[in-house]
Amino acid sequence: MTTAAAVSTGAGNSGGTGNAGNAGDADTPYALSHLDALESEAVHIFREVAGEFERPVILFSGGKDSILMLHLALKAFAPAPVPFALLHVDTGHNFPEVLDYRDRTVARHGLRLHVASVQDFIDRGELRERPDGTRNPLQTVPLLHAIESHRFDAVFGGGRRDEEKARAKERVFSLRDEFGGWDPRRQRPELWQLYNGRHSPGEHVRVFPLSNWTELDVWQYIAREKIELPAIYYAHEREVFARNGMWLAPGEWGGPKDGERVETRQVRYRTVGDMSCTGAVDSDADTIEAVIAEIAASRLTERGATRADDKLSEAAMEDRKREGYF
Amino acid sequence: MSTHTIVDPVDVAGTAATSLLRFATAGSVDDGKSTLVGRLLHDSKSVLADQLEAVERASLGRGQEAPDLALLTDGLRAEREQGITIDVAYRYFATPRRRFILADTPGHVQYTRNMVTGASTAELAVVLVDARNGVVEQTRRHAAVAALLRVPHVVLAVNKMDLVDYAEPVFAAIAEEFTTYAASLGVPEITAIPISALAGDNVVTPSTNMDWYGGPTVLEHLETVPVVADPSEDPARFPVQYVIRPQTPELPDYRGYAGQIASGVLRVGDAVTVLPSGRTSTIEALDVLGEAVDVAWAPQSVTVRLADDLDISRGDLIAPAAAPPAVTQDVEATVCHVADRPLRTGQRVLLKHTTRTVKAIVKDIPSRLTLDDLSQHPAPGELAANDIGRVVLRTAEPLALDPYADSRRTGSFLLIDPADGTTLTAGMAGSAFAEAAEAAAAAAAAADDDAEWDF
Repeated sequence: MTTAAAVSTGAGNSGGTGNAGNAGDADTPYALSHLDALESEAVHIFREVAGEFERPVILFSGGKDSILMLHLALKAFAPAPVPFALLHVDTGHNFPEVLDYRDRTVARHGLRLHVASVQDFIDRGELRERPDGTRNPLQTVPLLHAIESHRFDAVFGGGRRDEEKARAKERVFSLRDEFGGWDPRRQRPELWQLYNGRHSPGEHVRVFPLSNWTELDVWQYIAREKIELPAIYYAHEREVFARNGMWLAPGEWGGPKDGERVETRQVRYRTVGDMSCTGAVDSDADTIEAVIAEIAASRLTERGATRADDKLSEAAMEDRKREGYF
Repeated sequence: MSTHTIVDPVDVAGTAATSLLRFATAGSVDDGKSTLVGRLLHDSKSVLADQLEAVERASLGRGQEAPDLALLTDGLRAEREQGITIDVAYRYFATPRRRFILADTPGHVQYTRNMVTGASTAELAVVLVDARNGVVEQTRRHAAVAALLRVPHVVLAVNKMDLVDYAEPVFAAIAEEFTTYAASLGVPEITAIPISALAGDNVVTPSTNMDWYGGPTVLEHLETVPVVADPSEDPARFPVQYVIRPQTPELPDYRGYAGQIASGVLRVGDAVTVLPSGRTSTIEALDVLGEAVDVAWAPQSVTVRLADDLDISRGDLIAPAAAPPAVTQDVEATVCHVADRPLRTGQRVLLKHTTRTVKAIVKDIPSRLTLDDLSQHPAPGELAANDIGRVVLRTAEPLALDPYADSRRTGSFLLIDPADGTTLTAGMAGSAFAEAAEAAAAAAAAADDDAEWDF
C-alpha cells in the first residue's frame, strides 16, 4: 500500500495565494511556544548529564547566560537541589555588581562555588599580563587547571551557536582532549536527541544547554520567568571612555590612555565579561521590556557591538576554542 | 507579503506562542545553497549590520561588486581557505510568525553523514537543484536521505531560474520528476518552488519574473507549514532520564522520574507499564518544571510520580499499559555509518537507545544500499563512512524499541565504540522506506537477495 504524497508546485496557479489559508499551530491544544521548546530541550540536556557523568560543574560568571543556565538547572532537578557545583573563572577585573550577584545567588540556593583566579596565576608567574590589559584570553589556563584538579568530567557553558561563526559549528556535547582543545574536524556527529558523552580518562565534555537560544530568546525568557539580573544590564549612569569604538569603564584593570577622555553617559551592558574588553552601549532602557525592544531593533550582534576579544582577528574565537576556551 | 521586522515590538515578553521550526538544507555549493541561506537570513532582516559589513568588506576584497551573501554562512578558517563546508552549521533567524533553527549541511557526496545528522532533528528539508541541470544523482541521494530519516516535509527549491529565462516548462519538468521519485520513497509532503537565490526571486519576496507561479515563497512556506503532528495520535513513550529523590525532612519519600516525553500524551490517572521489567502502576502526579498539571505531551520535559513504589531507574521506559512497545534483544535496522573506521560483522559495540546504553554485537550486515538508484549490494561484510546499509544486532539486555517509522525518537539509536567512545553508526529500527518503496526496492533487487525488510 502506498502513501499518497501531498504535492504542491504552485505552477499554473497564477494569482493564487499559495497556502495562506494555513492557520499555523496555535489551534492545536498540544502546541509549545518556542520558549517552552527551548526550555524543555535545555532541561533534557541537564538531566542527561546528571545521569551519565560523575562530576559535572556549571561555569558561572554572574552574566546573564550563566544566570539563565542556573535557573534551568534549578528547574530540572526541583524539588531536589542542583546536583552540580559552580565554577567561576575570575579574571580579577569584575564588575562589583556582578560579583555581589554571584555571591548572593550561591548563598540563596546553597550551592558550592569554586573560583579559578587569573590573578593567582599572574602572581605565581604562570601567566603574563597582556600589554592591552585584557584578561579574557588568559582564562583558558586557570579553567583547564580547575578541570584537571577537581577532575570535572562535564563542564556546562552558556555558549550559544548564534553568537559567532565558530560557535555555529559547536556541538551540544563537545568532547575535549586532555589539553581542552577543540578540533572542529574531529567532532562527533550529533544525531536526534542522542548525546554521546563517553570519553576516556583525562578527557572531558563541554556541554552547551543554550546552544539553540538566540540573544532575544534569552531576554524574552528572563522577562517571562521574572529572573533578577545584575543592575548593569539595565540603563544607568557610568563613567566611560571610548576605545576601539566601544565605551569601556575605567577600573583597576586600567583606564583611559592619552587622548582618551572620560565622560558620564547613560549606558547598559549587553554582555558581561572582563571589564577591559566588555563595552557598554548607549541606552536609556531601564526595564526589561525596554531592553528587549532595543535588542529587537538593534542592527549589531551582541558580541560584535561589545566584545573587543572577538575583534582581535577574523578567526579569533576559532583559535581560542582550539586552545581550550569555552 | 508585508516586509518583515525581526520581532513584533508589542511582543516583548514572548507571550505570543511563536512556534519553532527546525529545518535542514541539502545541496552543493554549486547549486547556490550558501546563497539561498544567505538570502533567507538577509531578506528576513536577520543579518545584523556588523555581519553584513564584514561580508561587504570581504566581497570588495575579492573584487565583487555586490556583497556575496554566500559569505554570510562562511565558517572556519579551513573552509574559507578551501572554499568548502566541512560540517553541519546551525543558523538562527526569526520572523514575527515563527522562530527557525536551520541545520545547514554540506552536500558533497562524501558528506552523507552530515545530511543524515542535519535531517535527524528536522521537521522539513529543503533540497536544492540547479534549474540548468535538473534532477541529478545527488538530488536523488538527498531525497533518499530525507525519506530514510522520515522528514515530514520536503521542499524542492529549483534554483537559478534566472539562467533558464524563468521558463515554466523547465520548472514543471523538474518538479514532476522529483515529486514522482520522492513520493515513491514515501515522502509524505513535497512542495516545489522556483527560485533565484542570487536575484531573490521567491525566497522571501514573491518573484515578478514568474507570474505563472502562484504558490508561496520559500519563507512563506517555512512560516506556515504545520510544525507539530498531533501527539495524541501516538502512544505515549517516557524514557526515564534521572530519578529525583530530595530525601529532605520535608520530602522524605519523594521519588520523581525525570525525563522528556518522547512521544504521545501522559495524563494523571493513566495506567502504565514500566519496561523492561513489565511492572505496572498508575500516574499519580505530573509536574512540568515546577507546575503541577493533569496532562503533558511530547516534547515537554516533565517529572512523573507513580502510585506504587517500584524499582525504576535511568534507562527504563514508562508506556501506556494498553500500548507498550515490543521488548527485544534482536534489532534489525537501517543504518548510516558515520565514523571513519568501518563497521564489521562480529564487532562488539555499545548501543545507545533513548536513555539506555547496552552492549551489542553486530550479527550480520545483510546489505549495503546505493542511494543513487536504491540498488542493494548483498553481504558487503562491512560498512564504510557514509555507507547506508541494513544491520542485524543482538543486545546483551532487552530494549523497548519502536519501529523508526512510528517514532523518530524511540526508534533511533547510536552504535558507539566501547574502546574510546567514538560515535560509529546512526540506526533506525525496522524497515527502511515506506511500504510502497520497500516493495519496489525489493522487486528491483537481485532475485537471490532475500534480505528481511520487515519485522
